[in-house]
Parts: sequence; structure tokens; C-alpha cells
Amino acid sequence: MSSEEIKWEVKSDYIHALAQKGIRQDNRKTDEYRKIQITPNYIPHAPGSALVKIGATQVLVGVSMGVGTPYPDSQASGVLMTGCELVPMASPSFESGPPRPPAIELARVVDRGIRESNSIDFDKLCITEGEAVWMVMIDLHILDYAGNLFDAAELASIAALYNTKMPKYEDGKVIREETSGKLPLLKKPIECTFVKIGNMIMLDPMLEEEKSLDARITLATTEDSSLCAAQKGGNGSFTEKEIMDTFDIAVEKGKDLRKLI
Amino acid sequence: MKNPGIELFKDGKRLDGRKVDELRPIKIEAGVLERADGSAYLEWGANKVLVAVYGPKECLPRHLSDPYKAVLTYRYNMAPFSVDDRKRPGPDRRSTEISKISAEALEKVVLLEQFPNSMIKVFCEVLQADAGTRCASLTAASVALADAGIPMRDLVASCAAGKAGGEVILDLGKKEDNFGEADVPIAITPHDEEIVLFQMDGALSKEEFQKAVSLAKQGCKTIHEIQKAALKKRFEQVKPPIKAVKTEIKKSEVSK
Repeated sequence: MSSEEIKWEVKSDYIHALAQKGIRQDNRKTDEYRKIQITPNYIPHAPGSALVKIGATQVLVGVSMGVGTPYPDSQASGVLMTGCELVPMASPSFESGPPRPPAIELARVVDRGIRESNSIDFDKLCITEGEAVWMVMIDLHILDYAGNLFDAAELASIAALYNTKMPKYEDGKVIREETSGKLPLLKKPIECTFVKIGNMIMLDPMLEEEKSLDARITLATTEDSSLCAAQKGGNGSFTEKEIMDTFDIAVEKGKDLRKLI
Repeated sequence: MKNPGIELFKDGKRLDGRKVDELRPIKIEAGVLERADGSAYLEWGANKVLVAVYGPKECLPRHLSDPYKAVLTYRYNMAPFSVDDRKRPGPDRRSTEISKISAEALEKVVLLEQFPNSMIKVFCEVLQADAGTRCASLTAASVALADAGIPMRDLVASCAAGKAGGEVILDLGKKEDNFGEADVPIAITPHDEEIVLFQMDGALSKEEFQKAVSLAKQGCKTIHEIQKAALKKRFEQVKPPIKAVKTEIKKSEVSK
């Protein structure tokens, strides 16, 4: 067992003891986010980008646009692809190499929130049915991991999509120097992540809380207060009531966060 | 995927004639593989899933071992011929995600702390896929773990509910999954109804979501009965061990 692991084990005992008293390490309320900062268009050369900070967590998202062939089962719709790299600089536990399960899960949960809410107007991304459609590629670049990558990555992705410029497409060629308007968007799905430690459920886990979690749940909600994606993680469990309670908080918090974009 | 005009709900019945809260037929058999320590075969509608369990055994590679508990690995894999368009063999992003959350669901029930520094491996092969394969795999996996004699707090029963054709329904079929509005796969530990696996995609209001979760939980309870029956059947077939040969040692022999 490495010294790093022993350190987290001691910390975890402390976080659990605090949770038993209903307290969080930084004295936040159970439904309170850390300070959120959004910098849209952080990489001006990319068609779309945004840097999001939640507390000390930093996620940079870039959106690239390309033209490709549509999927056989949706010939007249654009394509969305979401990738994630847990950049080694972001944490001593991240290593370079092909994406491992946590990175894949993160990318897929962010992707699901955007895809299932129909956030992007995919029908308008069709160039020639069955032949050419726009491909929206979202790349999650984790720069500093201090807990709650899910919400930071989703927020950064939506912020980046909302300032994405479509390149021009003429005679089968993409002209990147010229834009043909903004990416057609319909909704802003917002993800809220909660962790359960002992019997306490708290929003926006910081690193120490994430390392001590029994279970984790992420809920993505849209403007009409409906759920569009969800994911449970961790080897603990939730009751049905706990999930319904987090749903209500996610809807309320979603309204606040949506205003930031 | 866009619905090309298929009516998913007609005259109060679903495409395959089921009611809203009706499961597809499920069949589970435990102990089907010779070499594995535990195994199970499951048919759920047209889904066919085979699960093998190995362990607890030495944790390899060593650096993965945990001095406090066993490491549980879960491999969900779809056979190339299990779907209409041949699936490229090997793990993809979808199966990696399913494997991760399924392992986490099982970690809640397996008494891993009894086997420090060891490893328990669960292999799920989807031989034929027809919607709901992650639930089918997890349901079969917990039977295979029990078949392997690995101590567990409970079984894990898994089932999905969702929305298709405007109705909240239990256990989505292939078309309902492809062209429906939402899918909510869950897994519970039946004795306390705690939710150990939970995902959702699509669009649901709070009321629909509540209805879907409680419907899926009901489905899980029905599946739990089928799991128990499969295990009972398996262990009724086990022959009693060969009687130990009784040997009497005479006192006089010992004293020599």
C-alpha cells in the first residue's frame, strides 16, 4: 500500500466522522456548490471552447467541427462524439495512455446528457442525406482534479457548445477560416452530482469527499424540469426516496447553473 | 434513434402483446460450465447470456491486490454475432462502462473482506442481444457468484423500465428500446430494496420517473424469485459427498 493510499484512508475516516455529524469539511451546506467560474471561448482558435472551475477543479473543453458520413440508422442527422483525457498533470493518480474506465465513464455520462436532451439540433447538421453530415466532437481536457469532474465537464461542454461557430462548407470542403453561423442548439442540460457518505448525501463533492464516497449519483435535467440522463457509481447504494430527493435538488440547481451560461 | 412510424402501443398492448408491467419470459440455469468455479446461463426474451465466475484466487497482477479485501473484476462482452451488424470483437467504450458499474453493484453484496489479497473474476458473454443485456448479465452474474459458493449478503436482481409509445413500461424490448422515449436500468438487493445500479437516458418527468423506478423494482423482485429457484434447483441436483470411511483404532494398537 502506497503512502498516498494510506493518507486517503486516514482522511476518509475523518470525512466519515464529519458526515455522521452532518458536517462537510469546508462547512458547505449539503446542496451547495463551490464557487463556479466559467470562461467561454478560452481557446479562440477552436470553433468552441470553455474553461470551467468548480472550486479547485478545472476542466477545459474544446469543440471541433468536421464533416463525415452519418450513421446508417440516422441518415439525416449530425454526429456527436465525446472523448475525455484525464491529463496526467491533473492528479498524481492519472497516468498517460489509452483512456481507462473512469475516463470512459465520464465521457459517456457527459455525452448522454447532451445527446439524450437533444441539446444539439442534429437535424440541422445534415448536409446531404446519407452522405455528408456535420460531426460535433467534444474533447474533455481535465486540467486539475479536485472532485466533481462530471458537473464541471458537462457545464464546460454546454458552455463550449454555446459559443461554437460552424465553419463554412463549400463544394465538399470545410473552410475553417470562415464561419457560417452558430451551432444550432435547443437545450441546456445540466448535470448535478451527489455523493453518499454514511447516510449523508451531498452535492458537488470535493476531492476528499469523492475519495471517501460510498455511492455517487449524477442526474442531468433540462429546462422543463425533466430528467434526461442519470448514472450511479460507487459500491454503495441508494434508496428510491434518496434518488427522488436528489432529483428535486438537481432540478432547482439546474435552474441556477443554466443562468451562468 | 428516430421512430420511423412504428406504433409501440396499440389497444393497451405492446408490440409483443405484453401488458405495461409484464416481463419477457426468463429462464436461468446455474452450474452450466465445467471449468469455472461458478456459472449461470440465462435466457430473457431473445437475450442469451452466459456467465462464468473464477475465484477467489491469487490476485494477479499483484499490484492490483488489496490487503483489506478481494478485488472483483467484471467483464461484460458482446459476441460479434450477438447483434444484427457484426460487433467488432473486444471491449469498446460502452462495454467498459457497463463492466465498471456492474462490478460496483456486485461489490456491495459480495463479502470481499473475507478474501484479502485475492481476486474474484466475473465474465459475462452476451451470445444473443435483444435489449436489456446489462440487466440480464448482472442478474446471471449474481447467480453464478452464488453457484461458486462465494459468500454474499444478498443476490443482485436487475431489470429495466422505461417509456415507449407514451407509456411507462417494464422491461423494454428491442424496438421499444430503440424507438422509445426513455430507458431506466436498475439493480437492487432484494432484501432491503437498496438500489445498487442505476442509469437513465431519454426524457422523463418526475412522475414518470417515479413510476418507472417503482415498476423496475417490482420487476427485480420477480426476477429474484427466478434466481432463487435456479439456485435451489442447482443444489438439489448436487449429490451428497461420498461417506467417509469409518476406521476404528483399537486401544491396544495406540498403546504400542
